[in-house]
Amino acid sequence: MAQHSRKGAKFQAVTASLLVEGLVVYLTANGDWSESLQDAAVAEGKEEGDALLARADAAVASNLVVEPYLFEVEPVEGGINASSVREQIRKAGPTVRLDLGKQAELG
Amino acid sequence: MYRYDEFDHELVHERVAQFRDQVGRRLKGELTEDEFKPLRLMNGLYLQLHAYMLRVAIPYGTLSSRQLHKLAEIGRVYDKGYGHFTTRQNLQFNWPKLKDVPDLLADLATVEMHAIQTSGNCIRNVTSDQYAGVAQDEIEDPRIISEVIRQWSTFHPEFSYLPRKFKIAVCATPDDRAAIRVHDIGIQVVRNASGEVGYEIYVGGGLGRTPMIGKKLNDFVPKADILAYLESVMRVYNMHGRRDNMYKARIKILVHEIGAEEMRRQVDAEFAEVKKAGHLELPMAELERIQAYFAAPEYETLPEVSPEFEAAKKADKDFANWVRANTAPHRVPGYAIVNISLKPNGGTPGDCSSDQMDVVADAAEKYSLGEIRVTHEQNLTLANVKQSDLHALYQMLEANGLGTSNIGLITDQIACPGLDYCALANARSIPIAQQISERFQDLERQHHIGELKINTSGCINACGHHHVGHIGILGVDKKGVEYYQVTLGGAADQQTAVGDIVGPAFTEGEIVDAIETIVETYIDLRKDGERFIDTYRRVGVDPFKETLYATH
Amino acid sequence: MQLIKKGEFVSDSFATVEDDAELPEGSIIVSLERWQAERDSLSERNTPLGVRLKSGQEPSVIADDLDKFAVVALEFPAYRNGRAYSYARLLRERYGYKGEIRAVGNVLRDQFQYMIRVGFDALEVADNITPDIYKRAVGTFTHAYQPGADGSVSVFSLRHR
Repeated sequence: MAQHSRKGAKFQAVTASLLVEGLVVYLTANGDWSESLQDAAVAEGKEEGDALLARADAAVASNLVVEPYLFEVEPVEGGINASSVREQIRKAGPTVRLDLGKQAELG
Repeated sequence: MYRYDEFDHELVHERVAQFRDQVGRRLKGELTEDEFKPLRLMNGLYLQLHAYMLRVAIPYGTLSSRQLHKLAEIGRVYDKGYGHFTTRQNLQFNWPKLKDVPDLLADLATVEMHAIQTSGNCIRNVTSDQYAGVAQDEIEDPRIISEVIRQWSTFHPEFSYLPRKFKIAVCATPDDRAAIRVHDIGIQVVRNASGEVGYEIYVGGGLGRTPMIGKKLNDFVPKADILAYLESVMRVYNMHGRRDNMYKARIKILVHEIGAEEMRRQVDAEFAEVKKAGHLELPMAELERIQAYFAAPEYETLPEVSPEFEAAKKADKDFANWVRANTAPHRVPGYAIVNISLKPNGGTPGDCSSDQMDVVADAAEKYSLGEIRVTHEQNLTLANVKQSDLHALYQMLEANGLGTSNIGLITDQIACPGLDYCALANARSIPIAQQISERFQDLERQHHIGELKINTSGCINACGHHHVGHIGILGVDKKGVEYYQVTLGGAADQQTAVGDIVGPAFTEGEIVDAIETIVETYIDLRKDGERFIDTYRRVGVDPFKETLYATH
Repeated sequence: MQLIKKGEFVSDSFATVEDDAELPEGSIIVSLERWQAERDSLSERNTPLGVRLKSGQEPSVIADDLDKFAVVALEFPAYRNGRAYSYARLLRERYGYKGEIRAVGNVLRDQFQYMIRVGFDALEVADNITPDIYKRAVGTFTHAYQPGADGSVSVFSLRHR
C-alpha cells in the first residue's frame, strides 16, 4: 500500500470506499460518510488524526465502508484540498476523463 | 475459434454461482473484507482509486463479434460506456458495483466469457500472437496449445495458491509478437530436425521491480508431453518459490537464485517422474478436437494484387497512409491483416467506447470472418480482410474515431492506467502518453522517425512494460509529486532487452521535451535504414545522456 | 476445530503432541523433528502414529517411512501458502501413500474442493463449518480439467469416453 499520509502531516481527513458501490467517501464530523471532500472532518495533529480514524471502525464493522485511511489535507480558500496528487485524483475523478467521477457528478 | 462444449459451459456457470454466493456472504456481513479480498481477486475484481475494477479474461486475445458486442453492452449497462484493453490482452471495466458483478459475470457467461484467474497468485490468462493463424512464417497456430493451457490451468487444484502470479505466453513465428521472454513461462512453437512440431521453453522472465529475461530451459518438448512439462515447472516453483517476501516470490527470482542450470536439473528430474506416472500425457484425440476449432477458414482464391485496392490507395492519401502503417502481409494472396489503433491523437491508449466496440464487432462480422484479436500493445487486429474490402473498412473505422494510422510508430504507445485509475500507481501514465502523442502528431514526422516504441508505467509493477520500451517511462512519486524516469534500449521481441536508465527523473513539465530530445538525438545519429533501437544498440546510452542533461 | 474425514464429521482419535510434551497413550501425531529424533522408540509403539509436516518439509524426507504412518498431516500456515497441495499429490501419486492425509492450519471452505482433488482425505476445519457448508463447498465444480489424486477423471479424458 502506498504511503497516503506524510509523516508529520498537520491536517488529515479519513477516506474509505463504499462496500457496495466502491465509490470514494469521506468521514464527516457527525460520523456520516460523504462523497464530497468538502464535508470531511479535519483532524489536527497525530492524536486527533488517530482518533478520527478510529471513528471509522464502526462503519467497517457494519460493512458500510472498506479500507479507511488517513490522508493529508490543507485548508484552502473556501474549504479544504487534498495534498497529494493521488488524493486530488480520488477526490475528483480521472484527470483524463473530466466527464466522469465526482468532478462531473458533484458539480 | 474455440467454442465451449458442455463441460466448459458447466464450469463457467458453476463459477458464476460460486462467486454470487461469495458476494452474497460479503454483503450480508458473513465475510470480512480481509476474508473476501482474496476471493474477489481470484475473479479479477479489484478495488481501485475511484471504484471497483473488473478484469475480463480474453483468452490469448481472441474474441468473436458476438463477444465484443456483449462487452459493449456490459460497458453500457454496468459501467460508463467504455472499457480498457490491457497489455495482457484483457479488458478492464473501471466502474462496476460489487452488487452487480454476479449479474455481469452471468451475462459474460452467455457468450463463453469470464473473469477466471485474471488476478490472484495463480496461472493467469494465457497470452499469444495477435497474428495467430495468418502470419506468413508461422509453424502452427499458437492458439491450439494456448487453449489446451487455458483449460489445464483453469482451477488447477495444485497451482491456485502459488507464491505469486504466473503468466504464460505462446508464440509460433520467429518474430515474437507475444513478448514470451518476459513471461514466467514463454513457449516458442518450433519444428525439430525430423519435422515434428513441439515447444521450446523459456522460464523466469518478467518485468516488475526486478526485470529478467527468461532462460531457455528446454529446446524441444514434444506435444504429448507439454502438460507434463508445464506441471513439472509449476511444481518446482510451487514447492521452492519464495513465500517469505512477495517481492522475491516470482519464479524469475527462484531461477536467478538457484541458476538456470539447477532449475533445469530440478525440472528435468520432476518431468521424468511425472512422465513415469503417465496420466498427464495430453490425449491426442483431445488435441485434435481443439485443433479443429482453429482450422484455417476457406479462403477465396484472389489475385495477389487487387486493382480496386490499388486505385483506392492512389485516390485517398489518408487511406494509403493507413494501409502503410496499419496493415501487415497475410499468408493467403489477396488478403491482409488489419490493425486497428486504439491510440488516437491525445487519447487514452487501450480505451475503447462501447459504441466503438460495436463498430469493430460489426466490421469484423462484415469483413473479417467475425473474429477480433486484442494485441498486447493495446490495439485490435482483424486478421482476415480481403484487400478489396480494405477501403470500405477503413472508411467505416475512420468515421468512428478508429482510423488512426500509427501502428508501430512513436504515437502507438503502451500505457498502464496509472494514477488516474489504479490504487497501486505512484504517478499518472495516460496524460504523459497523451502529451507525447500530441507533440508528435504530424504523421510525416512519425514516418520520418520510424519504428519506435514508447512504453509508460505508473509504478514499478510495470504493467506498461516500460522496461522493454525502446523508450521506457516510469512514473515515480517524490513526496506526493509525480516524476518520470526514462530508460532506453529495451525490447520485447526476439532480441529482448531491459532498458538502461538514462539519468535523473524528469518532472511532468519536462518529460515530453526530454522525449523529443531523445528522438532528435537519434535522428542526428542514425545511419541509413536504422530504427531507433538499432541506433541505440550501436551507440549506447552516452550520446543520449549528453544531449538530455546538457540541455536541462 | 473439527475433523472431516472422507466427508464425515468425526471425532479425532489422534492427539497432536507438542515436541516437549510427554507422549500420551493411544494414537498420536508428532512433528517431523520428533519423528527423526525418536524414530526408534516411536516405531516400537503399538498404536497408530502420525507425522506432521510444516511448509518447507517436503514429503521426500519421509518417503521411505510411509508404512509407519497412519496419518500424514500437512500444515497450511496461511491459506495463501499452497505448498502442501503439491506435497499431498506427491504423497498419493509418487510415493503411493494410502493412509490419511490431513490438512491442518488455515483451511478455508473455499479451498476444500481443491484439497480433496490433490489427495487430502481429512480436513481440520473451523467450528462454524456445517455438513451443509462442507457439502456445497466440495460440490462447487462438478468436473475438473485436471486428473485428480482422488481418482477423479479429467475433462480432457471424459470427452473421449
